[in-house]
Amino acid sequence: MRVQIDPALCQGHGRCYDLAPDLFGEDEDGYATLTPLTADGAVPAGREDDAQLAADNCPELAIALSGALVGEA
Amino acid sequence: MTTDDRFAQDYRDMRVAPELIQRSEVVTGPVSDWATDFSHMEPEYAAGAIEIWDDLRQRCPVAHTDRFGGAWLPTKYEDVAAVAYDTDRFSSRAIIMGNYRPPLDLAPVGDSPPISSDPPFHHDARKLLLPAFTKTAVARQEESTRAFCHALIDGFEGRDVVDAAAEYAQHIPMRVIADMLGFPPEDGPQFTIFVENVLEGVNLPFEERMERTAGLFDYLFAQVRDHEADPREDLTTYLMNVELYGQKLQPLHVAGTMALLLVAGIDTTWSAIGASLWHLAKTPEDRRRLVAEPGLVPTAMEELLRAYAPVTMARLVKEDMEWQGVDMKADDWILLSFPAANRDPEKFDRADEVVIDRQVNRHAAFGLGIHRCVGSHLARMELRVALEVWLQRLPEFSLADPSAVTWSTGQIRGPRELPLRIG
Repeated sequence: MRVQIDPALCQGHGRCYDLAPDLFGEDEDGYATLTPLTADGAVPAGREDDAQLAADNCPELAIALSGALVGEA
Repeated sequence: MTTDDRFAQDYRDMRVAPELIQRSEVVTGPVSDWATDFSHMEPEYAAGAIEIWDDLRQRCPVAHTDRFGGAWLPTKYEDVAAVAYDTDRFSSRAIIMGNYRPPLDLAPVGDSPPISSDPPFHHDARKLLLPAFTKTAVARQEESTRAFCHALIDGFEGRDVVDAAAEYAQHIPMRVIADMLGFPPEDGPQFTIFVENVLEGVNLPFEERMERTAGLFDYLFAQVRDHEADPREDLTTYLMNVELYGQKLQPLHVAGTMALLLVAGIDTTWSAIGASLWHLAKTPEDRRRLVAEPGLVPTAMEELLRAYAPVTMARLVKEDMEWQGVDMKADDWILLSFPAANRDPEKFDRADEVVIDRQVNRHAAFGLGIHRCVGSHLARMELRVALEVWLQRLPEFSLADPSAVTWSTGQIRGPRELPLRIG
């Protein structure tokens, strides 16, 4: 699963780093960032549900997830 | 080196000249029809806003009133979001809807930047504040906030009934923001008056409203002068010294931002804490579950913020236009009800129920778009800590007298009297 944050949409609500603090972080102004675990744009295996929960709670729809789970497709 | 004499002048000589403010007639009294004559300042709205939005959403999603010189009230999520995102056609130069509109040239700064600012100035003014309000930055206030909540509950020793709004919820954000701004904590009672004036004094006669606002700014400039004489590490000193476009801020920018942080920092979180305790007091199954599962508090809190969102904003229409089938005129108000949006069944399953473990919750309690509440991380920390401490210390509580609970009028909605039985 791939993950991307759209910086034009992110307003710093922080729901993603509240819900999945090792997959998403905050920059010095509070906008969302990827973390060492997601820096390559890939969600670690087994953490897809956490990434999905974070994306589903973003009020600005700023997190895009794509790609099938390993073993599917 | 030049001396900094920015703060030597009297507020009354700096503010927008009263004759430049556009005034409309103050209309009060019972509402004839919520679709055509709504008012957020009447007691029926305080008591029954949720039912009013639900009714309007079905029969007239964008309600109108001639009061306040003309205003609109969208009630669907999609419409509220569309206004929030459309900063080209809706201005934030005034965000408290009332009978007085500031002159056009107050934009893009407004009287309390950045909430009252429009792009492109908005972004730069907001950026000055963001680092102090990140999740990491506000975490530094958590320990003292928790200790303060415990101290408030220690003070209930021996009491059977306490007012959770006036004696608990109110004091928490007041203390936190006073600490952050570097204001004396004993000035709390004055803050309550300032907040009431700004947010609930909307229908006061013009001169009285202006004078009360001046009283707030007199207080803020007195704090600035105190910080000039005795600088310390807090937001007031920061705002006095920070630079924008290579210059220190204009004195009204400094004081306007202080006014914003003080007023918006207090009433909103006070309302959210109070509404949450009110819900738990009247819903024993939710209360027991949170006592048993304190780890659920952060999830539950988001649902309580959705269902009882305290904050409604306002915008001014920039130019005459047709919007969602209605004819809007330049300078019409939009009452931007994020709480109504949060109750829209087209956006949320079981929108009218409080689902304490709701997992997917894209609510708009802190707004949408560029004006996302700058204090949202602080508010969430305060609300979580206030609930955790209360549930830990006073797990058994109920409404002492449901009919004695009163709710605020105006744009910030929350309980103002909340007698709870705790013993």
